[in-house]
Amino acid sequence: MTQEIGDSERKDMKTQTRETRVTPSSLASVASQSQPRSTEREIIEGMGLEARNIYAWFGKKLVLEDISMDFAPGTVTALIGPSGCGKSTFIRILNRMHEFIPTAALAGDVLLGGKDIYGAGVDVTKIRLKIGMVFQKPNPFPSMTIRENVLSGIKLAQLKVDNQEELLQNCLVRAGLWDEVKDRLDEYGGALSGGQQQRLCIARSLAVNPKALLMDEPCSALDPGSTLRIEETIRELSESISIVIVTHNMQQAARVSDYTGFLLSDGGPGKLIEFGSTSEIFSNPKDKRTLDYVTGRFG
Amino acid sequence: MSTLAVKPTKPWRPKVRNLAPEIFGAFFTAFATLAIVAITPLKGRLGFSFALIAMAVFTSATISWLRRDRKAALNSVSTVFVYVAAAFVIIPLSSLLFEIVRKGIGGLSWGIFTRDMSLASADSPLTEGGLLHAVVGTLYVVALATIISTPIGFLASLYIVEVKGRFAALVRFFVQAMSGIPSIVAGLFIYAVWMIGLGNSYNVMAGAGALAILMIPTVARTSEEVLKLIPNDLREAGLALGATQWRTIAMIILPAAKSGLVTSVILGIARVAGETAPLLLTIGGADALNLNPFEGNSSALPFYVWKNYSLGNPESIQRAWLGVIVLMMMVFIFFSLARYFGRTKGARR
Repeated sequence: MTQEIGDSERKDMKTQTRETRVTPSSLASVASQSQPRSTEREIIEGMGLEARNIYAWFGKKLVLEDISMDFAPGTVTALIGPSGCGKSTFIRILNRMHEFIPTAALAGDVLLGGKDIYGAGVDVTKIRLKIGMVFQKPNPFPSMTIRENVLSGIKLAQLKVDNQEELLQNCLVRAGLWDEVKDRLDEYGGALSGGQQQRLCIARSLAVNPKALLMDEPCSALDPGSTLRIEETIRELSESISIVIVTHNMQQAARVSDYTGFLLSDGGPGKLIEFGSTSEIFSNPKDKRTLDYVTGRFG
Repeated sequence: MSTLAVKPTKPWRPKVRNLAPEIFGAFFTAFATLAIVAITPLKGRLGFSFALIAMAVFTSATISWLRRDRKAALNSVSTVFVYVAAAFVIIPLSSLLFEIVRKGIGGLSWGIFTRDMSLASADSPLTEGGLLHAVVGTLYVVALATIISTPIGFLASLYIVEVKGRFAALVRFFVQAMSGIPSIVAGLFIYAVWMIGLGNSYNVMAGAGALAILMIPTVARTSEEVLKLIPNDLREAGLALGATQWRTIAMIILPAAKSGLVTSVILGIARVAGETAPLLLTIGGADALNLNPFEGNSSALPFYVWKNYSLGNPESIQRAWLGVIVLMMMVFIFFSLARYFGRTKGARR
């Protein structure tokens, strides 16, 4: 009997995802109605991130089942769901950090600009350059100054930059940290507060000019003030790149994101219950479980 | 700056009046100990120490019990035992240092660092001859052993912790087994393989090889522990920025672990700097300065100490103590330099 329910659920979900799946172009038109940001986006139009039928395993245990989602350029997508539903695993699949866990396995495709990032012959370091990541705990490099931290990606990936000072300032401004650190760029990153460290990490990821930025609960270790600063930063960044953010904070998802995906695990693998525009998910969700979750009735 | 009316009073700086029970206890302990030593058969330094510890435990426990309760008494007893244990750790080391300085400092002069023993005989006064050849030999042999074993030790620990290769467990097992090798066996190994087997003669390089065998496991095991302490976030952050594993290790992991890695090399040097047995079999010993580490017999400070002490006449024994104090000074200077250059910059999280 449980099997039947599971099957019907999955069918349900598949039809839902098909319904709610949006192509990059239609997303862009929706987004451009709300905010005027046109020219820059057209250039990166082709660099959308797309997950198709993702299944993931740790050893023999299936942890994600058939997840498909589109992340269009210039949008913020929030992933919500209770702990253990596979949000973090999913976001780590998107830039191939998943494969560091020795027993991890995967099925499905992740497409960046139409090309599979797991394809044979793909240089994984190039993928991670294009798809940056900000972690739950701020992790500036302790042996480097603020300046060196921001520019570390350039050195690590051995990129060439004409004007490092300009890049430094540009990244810190975009991460919303410039005014606070411009007079002490040669101090060590560890001397900053938690919120500043997290924005330093965002600036660090921006320095290598990613097409997409993945954020795994970036504010969970921060106070409300720092959280607000980072949310502002996310809104500003979304004008030029696509952002995927995992969060446990429902208000945060509602505040910063254009689209929201709700993942849930009923003890088995995590599944995508619903994916749609944020206003729809929070005001008029199609699935009852989504409604229960966003209104705080469980989870 | 305005003066504040309130001054910090609690809970620091108890007044003499408040300390009265403690002071009374200390005097009581002292008198009681003297009384016990005078009256009972407990005699000598050992008896005195025993009586003192017993009385200190008894007095502090009694005072605590009277002032508070049984728990406080137990706390006092354990406090006394901890202090006694700490003293037992410090006493052997400090008396060792004291003895070395007392016996060795007499012959210390600038001249001994400028002369070797080639023109002096065993019973010459200390104003003739010196230990230049031994100092140079030790510097050579330790430096070469460090040059050989540091990269091998670091790479082994990187393989175990960072690469996590298929043979990581095996490598760790062998490193641990290696750290149990007696030093004379390392010397014999070099003697049998490098010298008898391959036909080389005594030289500093052979000694360095023997010391490296002893130093590699120390460096590898200590640096493995250091690398394990580097938070995984930093590795992930580096890789998420599009770096290869080698760039992440070279630019993030190693700088973050720098002071710990320097410590691992220091511990390795401390392990081998005073080794005598492997050098007896490998560097051959000499009375003249030999600046070529790849050819000819040489000396080293532990060798010099052993040789002079075994000669037995008063001047030679004085020279042996001189060698000990110079070896101690060299190790101390080297540690200070390594600490200075390996110090951590920036705030640690």
